[in-house]
Parts: sequence; structure tokens; C-alpha cells
Amino acid sequence: MVCETWTEKLDAYLDGELPPAEAKALGDHLRGCPACAAESLARVQQKRALQSAGQRFTADPAFRARIQNSIAARPSARWSRFLLPTLATAMAVAIVGALAITLNHGTRGQERLLGEVADLHIATLASANPVDVVSTDRHTVKPWFGGKIPFTFNLPELQNSPFTLLGAKVSYLNQSPGAELLFRVRQHQISVFIFQERALGSLRVDDAAQSALSFNVRTWSHNGLRYFVIGDASPQDLDQLSDLIKAAG
Amino acid sequence: MTACWFTLVCVSEETLLSGTFEQLAMPLFERLYNFACWLTQDRQEAEDLVQETYTKALRGFSSFQQGTNFRAWIYKILRNTFLTSRTGLKAAATVSLDIEGEEEALPTVKETPESILLQRSDWQLVQQALEHLPVAYREVLLLCEVEEMSYQEISATLGIPIGTVMSRLSRARRSLRVAVQEMQQKLPEAEPKVRARG
Repeated sequence: MVCETWTEKLDAYLDGELPPAEAKALGDHLRGCPACAAESLARVQQKRALQSAGQRFTADPAFRARIQNSIAARPSARWSRFLLPTLATAMAVAIVGALAITLNHGTRGQERLLGEVADLHIATLASANPVDVVSTDRHTVKPWFGGKIPFTFNLPELQNSPFTLLGAKVSYLNQSPGAELLFRVRQHQISVFIFQERALGSLRVDDAAQSALSFNVRTWSHNGLRYFVIGDASPQDLDQLSDLIKAAG
Repeated sequence: MTACWFTLVCVSEETLLSGTFEQLAMPLFERLYNFACWLTQDRQEAEDLVQETYTKALRGFSSFQQGTNFRAWIYKILRNTFLTSRTGLKAAATVSLDIEGEEEALPTVKETPESILLQRSDWQLVQQALEHLPVAYREVLLLCEVEEMSYQEISATLGIPIGTVMSRLSRARRSLRVAVQEMQQKLPEAEPKVRARG
């Protein structure tokens, strides 16, 4: 085959478009023909020069961003039949989520409040001077608080009950003063805390029976005052003492 | 209590198509822009051309057959859009696209070691020569060499038979070589760096 026939196929050979058999035959020819090899080299050089020269223009990033935005997937008006249920679902999820967060927040606030009450009770038990007024007489203890706390309360009548009043002191919760009464039932000591409800601020607690740090807790609200009864006595003891305090009003 | 979040996503077919289109089309953006610049030889026109190409392609994407050659499809849209533009019509009117049937009287290219050496790094001359080539040659060279399309892809993009692709490529290459050599001959001869002392 003459060289002219081979050079006609040279472009397809260099472009990788020649059938394998013909490519092999042309390769063999190039190894033995200096003229065709030179022509092949020139065309390869031109291909490479063109590859470099052809990649000349670079787009402005702002233009790319415009194109990207123009083709980005976005909802259209006629998608409302898909959009509305989606939005409704999303809103429902958001409401449930917000409620869950609120409940979560409330639960954490209650745990924190009961934890602080438990801390106050433990501090009293650990103290060498657990109370500031030592008296079993409710008529001595109640007046003692006069001028010390911004509210007043009634102490229960403990006759014919297993409870004994040991004394009292001023306590603080959420930077607000309140009353702490210390009772004893058999070998257990029970603290009764009385604070103004508004002094608790955003902290809220359910009136249901609670426990904190393994202590039993009873709490309720009456006349703007929040009562906490806490101790390691049995739940029945705490219920009985709570009933006595509630009865005193 | 632990807050649990979940999202229910409703996606229409159009959203899926749009997302798929973006995935297919955006990787080609820089190359399409480069190709558009070479065709229009004007950056503003090239931006308009690319913008129109993407708009048309997105609009017609539902008719694109999945599994076929997306690159050839979108390049074809760009080229057809160019050919119907004012610049494209002007370019097509200046040079007949139907030149494959006629033999052109191009000078014979004789390679020497010197000419090969000159071509090696003269890509600026190649750029200038490419700028002055007829658009039919320019586009087929760019699709083959820069876009590295196969003859089949070029055939699909330009809408011409593979045989025509081969013959047009051959003529385009020869025209480019002639143009580069002519430009090289017009270059002023380099001054001797060290003058002999008198």
C-alpha cells in the first residue's frame, strides 16, 4: 500500500477511530516509514496545540451562579397540590416539635426545681445547726418568721400525729426567701418548704407526687404559696403530713 | 423527653427532572461556555447563547431520551441556537457549510524538522488561526480536539453523517496547518541576540 493511502487514514488513527486491525497495520507502517512518521508527528503536534489553544475562555463565576440558579429545582405554581400537603405536614411536624421542646423544657425545669429543693433539704440534714429557731411549739415558730419572709402561713396541729416539729429557718429558692420547717417522724426528718409561687419565676412543677434524688416529694400550691414536703420517710408519712398542713390552711 | 424530627418530602416528577438536568448539565457549563465563545467570538453573545441553551434544554429535557448522549444533545441545542442567531446566520451566509463535496485548493503541507519544531509550542498562532477559520471547520475541530468527542458524537451534534465528519475534520485540519504556516512566515525574523563586534 502506498503512503498516500496510509496518510488518508492517519487522522482516524490518531483520533482512535480506526478499527483495531487497520490501526495495527498503520502502526506497523509508521515504524518503517520516516515520511509517514514525520507526518504523523506533525499531526500529533497540531492536535496537542489545538487542545491547549482551544481551552481559552473561562466563564465569570457570577454568570455560572446565574445559570445554576435558573435551572435549580424549584417549585412552580402548579405544584400547589404537592406543596400544600407538604407545607401542612411540615407545619404539623413543627408544632409537634415545638410542643415536644416545650414539654422537654418544662420537664427539665421541674427536675431542676425539685433538685434544688432536695439540695436545701440535704443541706439542712448535713448542718450542725439545721434550724434557726428550735421549738416544737407552732405558736413560737410562726411569729419567728414575722419580718423575715414576705408572707405568712399556718402551722398544723400535730397532736395525735406521729410528727414532731423540730424547728424552722429562713431558706432561699430562686433568690427568694421562704420558710423551711423541719419535722420528725420516727427516725426520719422531713422538710417543709413554703415559697411564694411567683418567686419561682419560670420554674413550674406539677402537683402530683414526685421524687428527687431518691427523696419522696409532695408539692402543691395554695393561696399563691408553693409547698414542698420532702424527706426519706415513706410516701404515706409524707401524704399524712401534707394533709395536716393543707388542713391548717 | 427527646424531641424527634422527621420530614415528609413530596417531590413531583418535574422536580426530579430538574434535579437530574442540573446534575447532567452543570458539569458541562465551562466547556459549553468555551465552545460558545469560539462560535460567537464575543463574550456577551456567548453568555446569551449559553443562557438560551440552558433554558431551551431545561424546557425540552422531558423529551430527552434517558440513556442517550446528553452531551451531544445539549451541544446540538447550543449550536442550533447559534446558527439561528444573528451572528450565526451571518457566519453561515459568509461560508457555505456544504463544502464537503468540493475539493479545496489548499497548498500542500510539507513538513520539515523545523516546521514541526515551530508548531510544537505555537499555540497562540493556533488560536489566531482557529479564530479565522470558517465556523464549520472551527466547530468540528473544537468538538474533536477540545471536547474529545467521538466521530459518532460529533455526527449527532452536528447532524451530519460520520463520513462527512471525517472529511470535514480532514479539511479543517489542513486549513489550520496552512493558516498557521502562513502566519509563521509573516512573523518578523528574530533579531540576533548577540551582535558580532565590528
